[in-house]
Amino acid sequence: MISILRSIWLTFLHIFHKRETVEYPEVKPYLAPRYRGRIVLTRDPDRNERCVACYLCAAVCPVDCISLQAATGEKGRRHPEFFRINFSRCIFCGFCEEACPTNAIQLIPDFEMGEYIRQNLVYEKEHLLISGEGKYHGYNFYKHAGVAMGVKGKGEGDTEYKPVDVKDLMP
Amino acid sequence: MNYLWIILGVIFIALSIAAGLIWVERRLLSVWQDRLGPNRVGPFGLAQVIADTLKLFFKEDWVPPFSDKVVFTIAPGILMVTILLTFAVIPFGPEFCVFDSNIGVLFFLGNSSLGVYSIVLGGWASNNKYSLIGAMRASAQMLTYEVFMGLSLMGVVMMADTFSFSEIVEAQRGGWFILPQFLGFVVFFIAGIAETHRLPFDIPEAEGELIAGYHSEYSGMKFGMFFVGEYLGITLISAIIATMFFGGWLGPSFLPPVFWFLLKTFIFIGVFILLRASLPRPRYDQLMKLGWKLLFPIALLNLLVTGAILIFFDEKDKMNLI
Repeated sequence: MISILRSIWLTFLHIFHKRETVEYPEVKPYLAPRYRGRIVLTRDPDRNERCVACYLCAAVCPVDCISLQAATGEKGRRHPEFFRINFSRCIFCGFCEEACPTNAIQLIPDFEMGEYIRQNLVYEKEHLLISGEGKYHGYNFYKHAGVAMGVKGKGEGDTEYKPVDVKDLMP
Repeated sequence: MNYLWIILGVIFIALSIAAGLIWVERRLLSVWQDRLGPNRVGPFGLAQVIADTLKLFFKEDWVPPFSDKVVFTIAPGILMVTILLTFAVIPFGPEFCVFDSNIGVLFFLGNSSLGVYSIVLGGWASNNKYSLIGAMRASAQMLTYEVFMGLSLMGVVMMADTFSFSEIVEAQRGGWFILPQFLGFVVFFIAGIAETHRLPFDIPEAEGELIAGYHSEYSGMKFGMFFVGEYLGITLISAIIATMFFGGWLGPSFLPPVFWFLLKTFIFIGVFILLRASLPRPRYDQLMKLGWKLLFPIALLNLLVTGAILIFFDEKDKMNLI
């Protein structure tokens, strides 16, 4: 009996509590820097595409929403011929970002992607590719990779040894 | 001509309060749940009422092929009619009463008993097991609570020495009946919740167990009738509480009596919604046990003690006269 009256009274006191509701379009919610929202393709500091079309993101995607086709440029550098993400399927799990060896594919804090036409949710490369570096500034995959791709010569990286001439006996 | 205005006024007030409660309930519930509630359509979200009503009007009015079609169709109307009829005997103010009956309290009790038919017939005609269980529960619950609902009002009737609502209000000029009839008020309030089958006593509907109980099969405006009927019921019980125990339209004269009546009514509507926000639904047998084993004896005891005290003072007055 007392507990019933007490719970009624405690419920009544909620008049003076703070409202939990966030009035969304007027008040924007706080999005953490690591919030997983819209997916973008980034460029390296030289403004070249970071993506090397290794298919790892497409392979790891649990809902198979990424599709791409590799192509080779005139310098032998790989890039995607097309890169397509179907955002009506995407679950924003971020696995593609984790799988990406070149930090090309990134999830950014933007979720306002509503569309009236479902087909508009299929983003092509021109929609995905941004002109900046995204979350990882100054990172260039080919500065760390073992291959020479015009960024640095073979064996000239900070953490690399000079290449060994295997036909030479000298130490 | 004057009569016509009073009738129109009462119907307008009753129906607009009942419709407005759609919004009031959602806003108040959200206040007690730390939310904001509907506040987008119109000022403070008030146009939500219009939006909801329009939505109900444009929904498909489906009559199930397996139902008893005639009974199915008239059942929701019975609820509205019985409750709206009862508003006729309630004084909204001095001279602001459609039919100032000298048996107003009995008229109210009789009409609220008739309201059970709506639910039983609706559940029966739906030809659906959940609807039927809901209707059975409703009939048992409402018959149980009907008994001491009437008994709890009898204390007030004895003190005011009349069955007429307006005379009961006049009898409270010396002091509201809430003080001498506190037990009667508590019993009537609980019975009123059960009578309008509001939460926590919404056992006939019980979404968790019976989907929606007796109105599972109803859609469109037929459901709307049950919906508005429930809100009308809340308004009615709140108005009766205000009239019987809190002095009806009596109040300081700087505001019109109708205002005081509506203010008291609204406070009790708020309490109804507060109960919905705070209490869980009891089990069915707990409800019946509470009714027959606790509230019924309390109502009888209240009746007995009130009668004894009244007779005692009556005899004393006679002795003094001699």
